[in-house]
Amino acid sequence: MNTLDLEALGLRAVNGRLHALRPETNERRWRIENPRGAHAIACGLSSPLDVEIAGHVGFYCAGMNQRAEVTVHGHAGVGVAENMMSGVVRVKGNASQSAGATAHGGLLVIEGDASSRCGISMKGIDIVVGGSVGHMSAFMAQSGSLVVCGDAGEALGDSIYEARLYVRGEVESLGADCVEKEMRAEHREALEALLERAGIDADAGDFRRYGSARTLYHFDIDQADAY
Amino acid sequence: MDQDTPRTLPRLSATFDPHTLSEIRRAASTGIYDIRGAGAKRPLPHFDDLLFLGASISRYPLEGYRERCGTEVVLGSRHASTPLELKIPITIAGMSFGSLSGQAKEALGRGANAAGTSTTTGDGGMTPEEREHSRLLVYQYLPSRYGMNPDDLRRADAIEVVVGQGAKPGGGGMLLGQKINARVARMRDLPEGIDQRSACRHPDWTGPDDLEIKILELREITAWEKPIFVKVGGSRPYYDTALAVKAGADVVVLDGMQGGTAATQNVFIEHVGLPTLACVRPAVQALQELDMHRKVQLVVSGGIRNGADVAKVLALGADAVSIGTAALIAMGDNDPALEGEYRALGTTAGAYDAWHAGRDPAGITTQDPELAARLDPVVAGRRLANYLKVMTLEAQTIARACGKNHLHNLEPEDLVALTVEAAAMARVPLAGTTWVPGTGI
Repeated sequence: MNTLDLEALGLRAVNGRLHALRPETNERRWRIENPRGAHAIACGLSSPLDVEIAGHVGFYCAGMNQRAEVTVHGHAGVGVAENMMSGVVRVKGNASQSAGATAHGGLLVIEGDASSRCGISMKGIDIVVGGSVGHMSAFMAQSGSLVVCGDAGEALGDSIYEARLYVRGEVESLGADCVEKEMRAEHREALEALLERAGIDADAGDFRRYGSARTLYHFDIDQADAY
Repeated sequence: MDQDTPRTLPRLSATFDPHTLSEIRRAASTGIYDIRGAGAKRPLPHFDDLLFLGASISRYPLEGYRERCGTEVVLGSRHASTPLELKIPITIAGMSFGSLSGQAKEALGRGANAAGTSTTTGDGGMTPEEREHSRLLVYQYLPSRYGMNPDDLRRADAIEVVVGQGAKPGGGGMLLGQKINARVARMRDLPEGIDQRSACRHPDWTGPDDLEIKILELREITAWEKPIFVKVGGSRPYYDTALAVKAGADVVVLDGMQGGTAATQNVFIEHVGLPTLACVRPAVQALQELDMHRKVQLVVSGGIRNGADVAKVLALGADAVSIGTAALIAMGDNDPALEGEYRALGTTAGAYDAWHAGRDPAGITTQDPELAARLDPVVAGRRLANYLKVMTLEAQTIARACGKNHLHNLEPEDLVALTVEAAAMARVPLAGTTWVPGTGI
């Protein structure tokens, strides 16, 4: 494993080193030491690397990730894995708000809790949260799945499009146009597969499913009270 | 009453004028607010309210057809390793594929290329055709992040973080279902044919401190090569400019309320924001106070129509202008030759603003394949290039008359205002006086 000391090298040198690696590289395993909450660590990776970050990270860690597997051995600041395209990002601790925001693909696993707006405007990513999520999570969520093993705060899935939400615990309230839906066999199977990929030990049968009622897909003045 | 008794003519109310009455009736009939494209249509203090003084005994003019007057501008020289080098200080504003046809986007690229300037994507992502036909392409980073991906970020020549736009500062957007064909839907990761909402706030940052970190992330992803623009709608230009500079922007794009939109509530367009004229000096003041004037470039948009407008904006201290509506007009939007079709749509050439409806007979603001095919991108691109050339020549004509060998050498001292309002907004003297209202001068 190659080691990069962020404190000694600086952010540009660390990210530049990782960006310079081509997809066919043999130098796949990397460890970033002394992150000390710095922002934008390991953002914009595009090769299938395995990056371990030894500590807490600031905003936008692994933002726009493609193909890489990034593990944060600590807590993550705002927007971890924002706009991720593919790959895997795992946070061993908790994540701040807007985790996985607008992300198009890949898997984001937060083993602890996630704050508000988790999965906001998500566009295809799968997010598995071992704990609970804060208010306005999955706001305007377009596609992909958000799995919450704990509780969800108020206004879950407000103005949701086609994303699938699974919550094991309590939902404080559902947002506009978000409704509970039947948990059919295919959903249970998909959820089991997702939990297994995430390495989270939970029974899919304990979850409830939520999604869009699709009543806001075309603006209708009679729906104005919903906003 | 005796037929011979003089009678007062029927008088229409200035407050309840015919347009207002028609809107009340429309609202009462439909129960929904009016949505339209374009920018503010109400009369506003504008650049027509300013005049250049020209040379005289105390000012030495340049020879109109012989002495050089530079027009080039570099955008993004503060931090970016590859700033944009433009031949003219007129850029093409952000307009999305989705709101515009593919042919229109291609024409914008062709016209900008021929004129030596840049064009800009919009809400919905970057199309391959757009990239191919635009030598210098600015990639917008919007709250919705439709189609946003790191590959296109790196393919772009600059990145524009859109905080707001002049037609609707503080507002998001909606692209109605009739313009959401399969390709547009796929680019935006949403079902075909539904109304697509665009958020008014970015999903992962709020405020200038967060913006600074967001800009850092974008720079890291693009290896500090690309200029980062920050676009704001005209509302608090002094503070917004200062905060954008503080957040690390290379370029501030400031869009006044005459700037167009693809679709927004009419009440929003007409009643929120600042006239473009009122935006420029506060923004320049902020840059000057931060010692960032000409280091962070200022691009102003919103109702720029001709070379005189370009020259006036630059004289007030901006580095460049951006055009959207005027570019569409140059390509054929609202052409009187299509009057019959505009009539059939219940409007008239020059007033057509149902850009959201997708039925544009000019083939510009549509996703209908038959309508879009009406626009020849080569011809439309050439028209745009011609128009850009004329604007540049006009601005040079004025600059030479003022004795300036570069458009950037124009200055407020070259201007006077025709109205008290314009004098106050532009911070130049009322014509024939030394009075600059609002400054104590």
